[in-house]
Amino acid sequence: MQQRTVYLDNNATTPLHPEVIKTLTEAMENYGNPSSLHQFGRHSRTRVEQARERIANFIGAEPEEIIFVGSGSEANNTVLSSLTCQPVGHCEVGCQSSASIVTTNIEHPCILESAKCLKDRGMTVDFVKVDRDGKVDLEEYRKMLTPNTGLVSIMMANNETGTIQDIKLLARIAHENGSLFHTDSVQAVGKIPVNVKELNVDFLSMSAHKIYGPKGIGVLYVKKGVAFCPLIKGGHQERGRRAGTENTTGIVGLGKAIEMRELEMESEAKHLLELKQLLKEGFSASIPDIEFVGHQEDCLPGTLNVSFAGAEGEAILLYLDLEGIAVSTGSACASGSLDPSHVLLAMGLEAESAHGSVRISMGRDTTREDVEYVIEKMESVISRIRSMSTVYHGRN
Amino acid sequence: MTDQGGWIYSDTVKDHFMNPRNILRDEKGFKWDGKGKTGNIKCGDEMIVFISVDKENNQINECKWQTYGCASAIASTSAMSEMVKGMDLDEAYKISPKDIVKELGGLPDNKIHCSVLGDKALRMAIDNYYVQNGMKEKVTTKEALIICECMEVTDHEIEEAVLEGARNFNQLQEITKISTGCGECRQDATMLMQEYVNKHFGECSI
Repeated sequence: MQQRTVYLDNNATTPLHPEVIKTLTEAMENYGNPSSLHQFGRHSRTRVEQARERIANFIGAEPEEIIFVGSGSEANNTVLSSLTCQPVGHCEVGCQSSASIVTTNIEHPCILESAKCLKDRGMTVDFVKVDRDGKVDLEEYRKMLTPNTGLVSIMMANNETGTIQDIKLLARIAHENGSLFHTDSVQAVGKIPVNVKELNVDFLSMSAHKIYGPKGIGVLYVKKGVAFCPLIKGGHQERGRRAGTENTTGIVGLGKAIEMRELEMESEAKHLLELKQLLKEGFSASIPDIEFVGHQEDCLPGTLNVSFAGAEGEAILLYLDLEGIAVSTGSACASGSLDPSHVLLAMGLEAESAHGSVRISMGRDTTREDVEYVIEKMESVISRIRSMSTVYHGRN
Repeated sequence: MTDQGGWIYSDTVKDHFMNPRNILRDEKGFKWDGKGKTGNIKCGDEMIVFISVDKENNQINECKWQTYGCASAIASTSAMSEMVKGMDLDEAYKISPKDIVKELGGLPDNKIHCSVLGDKALRMAIDNYYVQNGMKEKVTTKEALIICECMEVTDHEIEEAVLEGARNFNQLQEITKISTGCGECRQDATMLMQEYVNKHFGECSI
């Protein structure tokens, strides 16, 4: 008998939308280079620009503010690296290498590692702390901004907890200080409404594969008039802002994914919120000593982070894997290091809670039956682990 | 779609993980002669080993355990608890992570760390038995030796770093901060690291 599989790791990546698969299959036939002037090139160019327009429209931007890049990580790296360039030669950007950066300690590694690299090059980087719910500490944030702060980078929704920041407010505070504002929105765009005009951000990163699009394609939004320096230098693609022949298939696939988001996002969010409520009630009713991690209202609809006392996350993940259920964990053992999730520790969780945390991220395919199956299996997995636990033994 | 064959651990690990042997569920119902505890919940793994001893023959009758740990910690301790049944105390004292990893059919490099807990706790349980039975002289728990005076890094920490995956000096330094003061210990530390690499990864190819 085929084992039942339940995929609950949609914040890691999502399956392709069936409509996107159709579009991709067809788009792979277009091999023309969009930069070529002949009909093959022109055809590809048209498809790329259609996608650009759709994506721009979806986030309230102008098409020329959209730059296609290889991933969310590339988009984030581009923004941070542009601050270190020296205003010499024919560079028109004139960014200041002495500028400092403010970010948070719950960012994705691609921001944290880039920030670390800037620090090594002599720039000042400050990390704002977050509260127990994973929300940015506004008081500390205000204090950290100085006349020298060139850029603020704060993620919109956290990948591990789903906690959503008040980006509009954070961007306004940055602008009042004369700083540019970037938001990593890889987990947010396509899951919750995002409008760059309304939020008034200068840079925004997004990715296709978190919203049922293909891997290897991301977008960097750069507000018109904002100084910008490309990370990948070379040809004139993307108006000279990102060299390299366009990933036409990926771009067309992302365009289709966004088209489907326009149709499905709202109803899907409602559905996922109901499922999340079921999960929370089911876990609370059947498993003692659990904690839901992160802000429970300002949270991505499909993300639930829960910590089980006395149970280690990698063991939970792998017992669930044997039942066909795919989740993720903040435990150190799963990451191959000795430290548990930097996000959960930054929120002030005890190391034990972080090691015992599980992230469930649902998506458009998740059903009520899936949720019931997970509740049932989670109860037996947790009691099994707790029965051999040094710390939980005898508590139940 | 399901690919059970591609599980990240060997079939033996999977078997021990799914059906762990000798877990101590009823602490009151088991009369143990020695108990050892190691690890730390903060680091994500903790292990307690209990042994009952055939005092006439100096052999381990039973080895029971509890853990807060990951799949490889569970599997390696389960395998170890089977290996030492009926084993001479002196022999059991010498069981190394390498022996356990071999028994398990290999573990990924960065998981070797998890198999260290079981044998460490076992030695502590045997020590505990010796102390309680008037054989204190047999306890050979080694004191840690400071290698890096500036950063107070011990030989034990270097060994731990190797088990975590350090294979060259930069990686060792990244983990332990060793030799970031005066730097005089660099050569000693490098040689010691190489010794531990040979000790733990010399023969068994994973």
